[in-house]
Amino acid sequence: MNNIIKKFLPQILAILFVVLIFGFLTINAQTNMDNRGIDFGFGFLSQESSFDVQFSLIEYSGSDSYARAFLVGLLNTLLVSFISIIFCTILGVIIGVARLSSNYLIKNSAAWYVEFFRNIPLLLQIFFWYYAALRALPLPEKANAWFGVTYMTVKGYYIPAMVWENLNVFLYCGLAAIISIIILRNYANNLRDNKGKQIPVLLYSLAILIILPLLSFLIGGVSLEFELPQLKKLSKISYIYEGGISLPPELIALVLALSLYTSTFVAECVRAGIEGVSKGQKEAAASVGLTPNQVLKLVIMPQALRIIIPPTTNQYLNLTKNSSLAAAIAYPDLVLVFAGTALMQTGKAIEIVSITMLTYLTISLTIAAIMNWYNKKIEIKEK
Amino acid sequence: MQAINFLKPNRDNIKNYSIIGSVLILISLIDVISNAFLKTNLTSFLPGSLTTLFPLILGLIGLNMMRIDYSGNKTLDLLNKNINTNNFNALLTLLILFSIIKALPPSLSWMIFDANISGDSKDACTGTGACWTYIKVWFRRFMYGMYPNEFHWRINTAFILVIALGFVGYFMKENLKKYLALYYVIIYPVIAYLVIYYLISGGSFGLQWVETGAWGGLSLTFIVSFFCLIFCFPLGMIFALGRRSNLPVIKYISICYIEFWRGVPLITVLFMSSVMFPMFLPEDFFMDKLVRVIIAITLFEAAYCAEVIRGGLQSLPRGQYDAAKSLGMGYWKMHIFVILPQALKLVIPGIANTFLALVKDTPLIFVVGLAELAGMLALAKTNPKWLGFAMEGYIFASIIFWIICYAMSKYSYNLEAKYKTER
Repeated sequence: MNNIIKKFLPQILAILFVVLIFGFLTINAQTNMDNRGIDFGFGFLSQESSFDVQFSLIEYSGSDSYARAFLVGLLNTLLVSFISIIFCTILGVIIGVARLSSNYLIKNSAAWYVEFFRNIPLLLQIFFWYYAALRALPLPEKANAWFGVTYMTVKGYYIPAMVWENLNVFLYCGLAAIISIIILRNYANNLRDNKGKQIPVLLYSLAILIILPLLSFLIGGVSLEFELPQLKKLSKISYIYEGGISLPPELIALVLALSLYTSTFVAECVRAGIEGVSKGQKEAAASVGLTPNQVLKLVIMPQALRIIIPPTTNQYLNLTKNSSLAAAIAYPDLVLVFAGTALMQTGKAIEIVSITMLTYLTISLTIAAIMNWYNKKIEIKEK
Repeated sequence: MQAINFLKPNRDNIKNYSIIGSVLILISLIDVISNAFLKTNLTSFLPGSLTTLFPLILGLIGLNMMRIDYSGNKTLDLLNKNINTNNFNALLTLLILFSIIKALPPSLSWMIFDANISGDSKDACTGTGACWTYIKVWFRRFMYGMYPNEFHWRINTAFILVIALGFVGYFMKENLKKYLALYYVIIYPVIAYLVIYYLISGGSFGLQWVETGAWGGLSLTFIVSFFCLIFCFPLGMIFALGRRSNLPVIKYISICYIEFWRGVPLITVLFMSSVMFPMFLPEDFFMDKLVRVIIAITLFEAAYCAEVIRGGLQSLPRGQYDAAKSLGMGYWKMHIFVILPQALKLVIPGIANTFLALVKDTPLIFVVGLAELAGMLALAKTNPKWLGFAMEGYIFASIIFWIICYAMSKYSYNLEAKYKTER
């Protein structure tokens, strides 16, 4: 009897507590909304949004619905996260390896890089790039070309756009190349396991990856042209570039700040991972006659990656969440477009804030689930 | 004298090589320094891109000549081991050295030699460098926000009092030490709240009432992070214990709570506190914006805190639990006297890191309209009398935050090292 009380009483109390809190909040919300004449519902999503978004990946205008505005914001968030993740990984791996260098200068520069960018709040870094550093760039008419065809100006970064013909043929060729590489790898693995023969998989894969898309140009009728940005005079003093793709300064500032900030954490993950592989592994591998390249590829990297990947995925997740700081410099991401402009127009605070939070929550939980699955897969199976 | 072999310097010709090598390196350094500081190009007689590559090539050859294994010269060996192990390393060494030399003169002249600090208006800034006058004039605003100038002593006194109260634990008598946890978890937050409320807010004891809307600057950062820390710690502890409970309902409630807050960005939480939260409060019940923000950040950080504490709980060996149980201790007795004291000691560095993240997150309250340091900068930047000094402002704020965060991270490293040796 005593045991049953001990077991069930706390649980019942906890449920009661949670139900009471939620009930209290819901009743309050109900009365508040009744008083203000707001009704709860998600019908507004299909209404016309009638606001404009500066930068969007898909076609969008004021006559589209709020749901589409949500999609625009979400895509912008994913875009900035994706670009930043690529840059922060490259930078992070370089810095992480540099921290392990035997060269005193390199080691310490990398360490100071990490200490410097990690200890300044991300919001300040974003502000610094956006309000201070990028504002010092030249005006469009005074900009010098970078690499001959791109222009970095105070109004954004202008790069040539690619104009494809028969893009789908090219994509099919790329897909075919990837599939054939996977088949080749499986075949090579089988051959190695069964007959002990080695074939240069990397060389063959590279050849396939180059030749198949190249064939699509020669036979498939695919053609690629570049549309270069051209300087155009709008009025007496105002110039702008037309044609090509323009990346707004908000995006650049955000990518710079996010990738510099997160790369310090990635660097620490990489360093910990490589340091985490014991020296004995390296020596043992060398003593069974593996070449230094093989030691790195077959012994060190698989073990280091096992340590590196989980915390790095966590950093990617943090980066995606941190990209919501975009709202502070008016980059039209999910928070600014949806929880900012749309909320201001509709006044549906509860619905909009919960949709925004649920979206981030879904992204986080999905990545976390994938990470858990991966962790289970690469776990050392001890006998 | 033997023929100079460029490819294989060794001990026999060490003298020739080290002399020639150091002369070459010296020439390359002189070239770069004269280029950076005196703006004169010594090698202008060379064609095109060779001029820029000249010091690099010369330095590389020099370093290559100095690379002698077991030379017998201590300094040379140390140098070779640390910056000159192979050609690639030598190249990177030279690149780092050269870029430091190149970057030094412009940054120094911007920050110090061409900068202005005298005067008290924009006109005083005549140089091409930074305008530190701007920081000087706005300094009080950056520190205290719109808080009335004549009452700044109240903020200072409150902070000194709160910090002093925090150190009481160190001087407590031995027989009172068992109440330490009680003091820090319950009594200290209450006293600190009262001190800050009565001193900074005022309204009684003859002190003038100052609205929270006027609070701001760096002091607001401290206030917000302080309250969030002391409140999120006990809350996090509850959820950490809840997550490890074997009662399914409590466990899943805790998991939901932790995963929910960890899955959403802080900025949406702040939006929630400012636009959605008022809808959930009873009618005619007014809650200050600052209080709402502090509650939101506390709930948010508690989830992170809980995960850190859970890590500490998990890292305790099972034997501790078993031993406590075999002594006949119940759940609460076991946790209060055996498990938590050990686990909390283990997670001090982790908690310090959470606090560090908290301090770095506080500038975000700017998005809901609280004029914290970043908010004050945005305000100052758009002031028509002081346009165009964004760079100085953000560098100033970055330096301040960097010092705070760097000191904290170093402190947490020290703590980590200290507690590592004890186990």
